Amino acid sequence: MSSPKSAYSIPTKIGKLDTHIFVVWVDNEAGVLARVVGLFSGRGYNIESLAVAEVDATKNISRITIVTTGTPQVIDQIKLQLKKLVPVHKVADFKREDKKVIFKEMALLKIVAQKKKIEKCLKECKKFNPVILDKTNKSIVVQITALRREIDKMSKKLKPYGLTSTSRTGAIAMTRGAEIFK
Amino acid sequence: MSKLYTGAKIVFKCLEDQEVEYIFGYPGGAVLPIYDELKNHQSIKHILVRHEQGAGHAAEGYARSSGKPGVVLVTSGPGATNVVTALTDAYMDSVPLVCISGQVPTHLIGTDAFQECDTTGITRPCTKHNWLVKDIKDLSKVMHEAFKVATTGRPGPVLVDIPKDIQFAKVNYTKFKKEKKINGKSHNKFSQNEINQLIDLISKSKKPVVYTGGGVINSGPEASETLKEFVRLIGFPITSTLQGLGAFPGDDDQFIGMLGMHGTYEANNAMHDCDLLINIGARFDDRITGKIDEFSPKSKKVHIDIDPSSINKIIKVDLAIVGDVNEVIKSVIKTINKKQNGLKDSNNQRISKWWEQIQKWRTKDSLGFINSDKEIKPQYAVKRLYELTKNQDTFITTEVGQHQMWAAQHYKFNKPNRWMTSGGLGTMGYGLPAAVGVQIAHPNKLVIDIAGEASVLMTMQEMSTAVQYNLPIKIFILNNQYMGMVRQWQELLHEKNYSESYTEALPDFVKLAEAYGCKGVKADNPNELDDKIQEMINYKGPVIFDCHVDPNENCFPMIPSGKPHNQMILGPNDKKENKITGKGKSLV
Repeated sequence: MSSPKSAYSIPTKIGKLDTHIFVVWVDNEAGVLARVVGLFSGRGYNIESLAVAEVDATKNISRITIVTTGTPQVIDQIKLQLKKLVPVHKVADFKREDKKVIFKEMALLKIVAQKKKIEKCLKECKKFNPVILDKTNKSIVVQITALRREIDKMSKKLKPYGLTSTSRTGAIAMTRGAEIFK
Repeated sequence: MSKLYTGAKIVFKCLEDQEVEYIFGYPGGAVLPIYDELKNHQSIKHILVRHEQGAGHAAEGYARSSGKPGVVLVTSGPGATNVVTALTDAYMDSVPLVCISGQVPTHLIGTDAFQECDTTGITRPCTKHNWLVKDIKDLSKVMHEAFKVATTGRPGPVLVDIPKDIQFAKVNYTKFKKEKKINGKSHNKFSQNEINQLIDLISKSKKPVVYTGGGVINSGPEASETLKEFVRLIGFPITSTLQGLGAFPGDDDQFIGMLGMHGTYEANNAMHDCDLLINIGARFDDRITGKIDEFSPKSKKVHIDIDPSSINKIIKVDLAIVGDVNEVIKSVIKTINKKQNGLKDSNNQRISKWWEQIQKWRTKDSLGFINSDKEIKPQYAVKRLYELTKNQDTFITTEVGQHQMWAAQHYKFNKPNRWMTSGGLGTMGYGLPAAVGVQIAHPNKLVIDIAGEASVLMTMQEMSTAVQYNLPIKIFILNNQYMGMVRQWQELLHEKNYSESYTEALPDFVKLAEAYGCKGVKADNPNELDDKIQEMINYKGPVIFDCHVDPNENCFPMIPSGKPHNQMILGPNDKKENKITGKGKSLV
């Protein structure tokens, strides 16, 4: 017999993976991030990036933004499992391709090089709202905001110009227009 | 001004408000203030176990047989880690538990203090929710919230970790007002449209099957009554998971037995060939589905469950109805009665051929076994136990392994909450402490743990608890000297290499019983079995029954590794294809 035999089900063909962005509103209490992240690791889901901060100090609400990939079935499970957590208020999920949603990431880039190279760097960064946060004769710290892939590209591009250190946030998301997600 | 209460007192105030009668626990340094307060609360009785895992399982047995949440009280560190197995077990089988654990004082948290562990961290993945109470003002709110979370929606365990200084601290206690609408995170959001769709499917199906699970039991005894009415009304065959046994009478003609890996031939074939599958409160566990790709390939699938995350998790369904099982079925019955009075007759006609097919499968007698007059066959032992106890309201618990499957196959349950077994986690050592909890909840009923000798030794110390509280539990050990299920798999999968599955130097269970101060009975001959069982039942106190059975018996029928439902191995009469080779081994 050629067919594999197991008491456990055999992994079937993995379907197409989609990238989704989950936005989770939670009570800002001890251990809440561990609950959300533990859910992902415990059930074998994947986290590409994570951003979390309190957004409403009076109601004590934090907003967690998670970028993840999975089959439609897994994405569905993630959403339903998140909703079951006690401190979770609501869960929104967007496809990365969704035109109605803005995604942004921020990065801090430190470039150590001569003036000329630094200037070239700044030119390259122009598209991504560069803000110079620190400047010396030999170095510069610049802040850019862009999409994940764009930052990926930038850090590759700037390596030869003296990019020595990159620090970046996870993606955050917001819907366009006047509507609010309920 | 109202009176100030200590944290320990507030714990008991909350337990009183929640109408808790029993707590299962074990004292230690970090919970001493709570234990000190115990004497002031007469309505709450503490059951002292011998190991914290036993406390957890006893609370599970109590909860599952009574429908009330089980309460556990343990100390910090090892007390908490010992209870983790039971919490995980309860999480997998949806049993409402409230575990209260002591913790080192708040100023010592994080310093690796004596008997400190990160209890909320350790138990986070095995509870529905847990709390570390850092402020005495939060304590009563958290305690009541804990009961709410444990008992609403899909039930499960919760844990409240209380540092010792919080137990001493004082605060006002505001009386608890019980909410009328207990809806927590439960979702009763089904629509009449969904009910109509279901009825439409029911009225068109030619080969239907109803597949019920533990959700029916968790929905309360009324749900079982509703289910009976529903199944009789539509005339469909019904099968049940391991956890759902008892929701529908096991000796009823419409019941086609348990399904799954060791389910009956007729149940599994019906699942495979049906054109309509109605899942009520079950979760398409992998012991049920077998090979996913070939699971019930021709059927429309309906899933009724209170937990939205159970739907489409493993098997995609055509119609999902999220809600409490009892509420959903009641509304289905109501709609049928209102609209389609002829449904029963038309159903009977439409599915008569299907019933003929099922009767044909039944003639295979897949639970049959070759009896012996020299050795006790384990199936025979369970059958005799059933015959001799069926005239009274009997509660059965089990350990995990072959004996568990034989009990599920041969003991017929007619009422819900009479069958307590560890299905999801498969915890050996569950049955004895669970029996303790069941007997606490039902002091005048017959409680039997159908056990294996290997499993029962894992929590044997709880016999001492049974003796202390005069709990007349009966431990019915099917002793084959092997870890039987392991041995069976090794026989079928690993060329009879019985690696470490034989237990040498087993204790003399009769002497062991006597050492604990209870009665020991031993049987190794089928002729004396009935008398010995009777002797066990008649004895007014705990009994360990050492039933020596054929060590080589295997548990059949069985869906072998990686096969769909319609390719089962039957008993000794069907020897073909019961060897599993190749890649399957690595995947088991």
